[in-house]
Amino acid sequence: MGDLIIDASLLQQMLIGALLALSVYLPLRCGQLSLATPGFYAIGGTLAALLSTRVSGLGGDQPLYPLASLLLEMALAGLLAGVLALGIGKVVLRLRGVYLAIATIALVEILRVTTLNQEGLGGAVGIFGIPQPFPSPEGYGLFTLLVLLVVCWLCDRLERQRIGLAMEAIRDDELAAACQGIDTDRIKLLAFVFSAVLAALVGVISAHFLNSWNARLGNFDASITTLAFVVFGGSRTWPGPVLGGLLLTALPELLRPVGDLRLVVFGLVILLGPLMLPQGLITPERLRGARQRLLLLVPRPQPHRAAGDPGAGGGLGEERR
Amino acid sequence: MQDLIQLLLNGLSTGAVYALFALGYTLVFSVLGVINFAHGAVFTLGAYFTYLLIGGAVGANGLLAGWQLPFALPFWLALPLAGIAAGGVALVIERIAFAPLRRRSADPLLALITSLGAGVVLVNLIQLLVGAESYAIPTGALAGLPAAIGVLGAQVRSVQLLLLAVATLLLAALSFWIDGTRSGKALQAVSEDAITARLLGIPSDRLIAIAFGLSGVLAGIAGGLVALSVSIAGPYFGIGYGLKGLGVLVLGGLGSIPGAVLGGLIIGLAEACVPAAWSGYRDVVAYGFLFVMLLVRPQGLLGRVLPTKV
Repeated sequence: MGDLIIDASLLQQMLIGALLALSVYLPLRCGQLSLATPGFYAIGGTLAALLSTRVSGLGGDQPLYPLASLLLEMALAGLLAGVLALGIGKVVLRLRGVYLAIATIALVEILRVTTLNQEGLGGAVGIFGIPQPFPSPEGYGLFTLLVLLVVCWLCDRLERQRIGLAMEAIRDDELAAACQGIDTDRIKLLAFVFSAVLAALVGVISAHFLNSWNARLGNFDASITTLAFVVFGGSRTWPGPVLGGLLLTALPELLRPVGDLRLVVFGLVILLGPLMLPQGLITPERLRGARQRLLLLVPRPQPHRAAGDPGAGGGLGEERR
Repeated sequence: MQDLIQLLLNGLSTGAVYALFALGYTLVFSVLGVINFAHGAVFTLGAYFTYLLIGGAVGANGLLAGWQLPFALPFWLALPLAGIAAGGVALVIERIAFAPLRRRSADPLLALITSLGAGVVLVNLIQLLVGAESYAIPTGALAGLPAAIGVLGAQVRSVQLLLLAVATLLLAALSFWIDGTRSGKALQAVSEDAITARLLGIPSDRLIAIAFGLSGVLAGIAGGLVALSVSIAGPYFGIGYGLKGLGVLVLGGLGSIPGAVLGGLIIGLAEACVPAAWSGYRDVVAYGFLFVMLLVRPQGLLGRVLPTKV
């Protein structure tokens, strides 16, 4: 069993998986199945790769890439993704359900093929020698963990506030939500923009961590894997996607002992997960139950909802009547 | 003139395969309202089945290294058999990935994920068994047919004409079945409203299974044809077709059978018209059409606008 190690590098990948899962989760919280996350992830990654290898002023004179430059890249990538998402979201979010999913798949593919054909963006070869802001995977891990904690905290805040509750209302019934005076278009757009910004930030971190970047990192496979994170973990509250992202990223590595079968098993998990746990591993009800069982009965402000109402706010797995 | 005919035939034969492929999506979409993301994997499987049935040997990398069937069938027999085998696999996928969700009437989006899971399992099983190398069907497979035929002065690969002929035949048979037979009409009823159809005594579960089986047969045959005309580029080569098929589907209109045919031909022709200097962007054509179409006319060229229920 000595081969079975979770090393710092795998941990870092798991944290990135959790962050990407949160990016898919945000639009899904208001019922919008957007698979655009890898596209914005690729935008962030490409931007970081270009800036850090082509702009000499960012590098500084230290052997390590300055942290300030990394943060600057993240700010720029977030801004770019946010502006793009604002424009794209305005048009794309008119579509619903499977149409939105298909449109976002097309978006990701168009971006990928364009990057693949533009030498200036790395082309088919990619961009190599991206400078390292941290000397070891541990450094990356700590930084990414910090980012994840901040994002989780923000998601937790969001879910308790008007916007988060409005998102849930839109998922449950968009028409009813609109009738209650919720500006559904604005809320959906907001979720899409949040998702895009988050994905781009993760792309920046990933580009440095991977040391090289190419167009294939944001492809259809990534769309599906990230979606599987959310479906597996649970799409109704933020701990779900985080857990799903961590577990499913680790799974193929943990399955290394079964050798070539691991991707088959991975597929089986995606296939059987929704059949066995239609709502994912973590649902708000299970969380509440677990919290009470752990006697952590700290009175936390609950969103006003009838207690013991298991059917309230169905996720992706909710039964349709 | 010759160039034009060449271009036209190239586009039409590619488009015919796209149409076959997209028809499988359409059949399932029209009855269930979901997209079967395992369709690309079934297509891939059809290609490998064809290769094995004509007596091809497995390469050195998979678990089945060096293995081959004890017999070798001629291509014209191997292709339909491969299609039927692929149809069988599609039925199994329906049982495992779709039927349980349908029974508890879960969100249709969940089927998207389970079918993807089924696709991942299939593709990786193929890789495990026969390895990731590419396979080509030997050129002698079409014994009796010359490699190229002159059409109006242009030299056309006979494979392309075969592609076009088989696709046309299947499309005609399918539209005859749907419009001209009782079971085809029953399928239309199920796609209109499954519950009402069941109340009227139509065995909708059986028809859904038939739709899946047929979609698998179409995908399998399309796979075999592509394997013949290009090659099998590895276990993942169906994914690209799977995604382009979505473009065809949306262009023609989700759930519309003539739409899938029209969409396939348009995208095939459009891709053939991309100049060689821009060939890297050829794959964007389908996605570009898809994207624009969704925004301008989401119901597609031949689709119907469904009134939204309140």
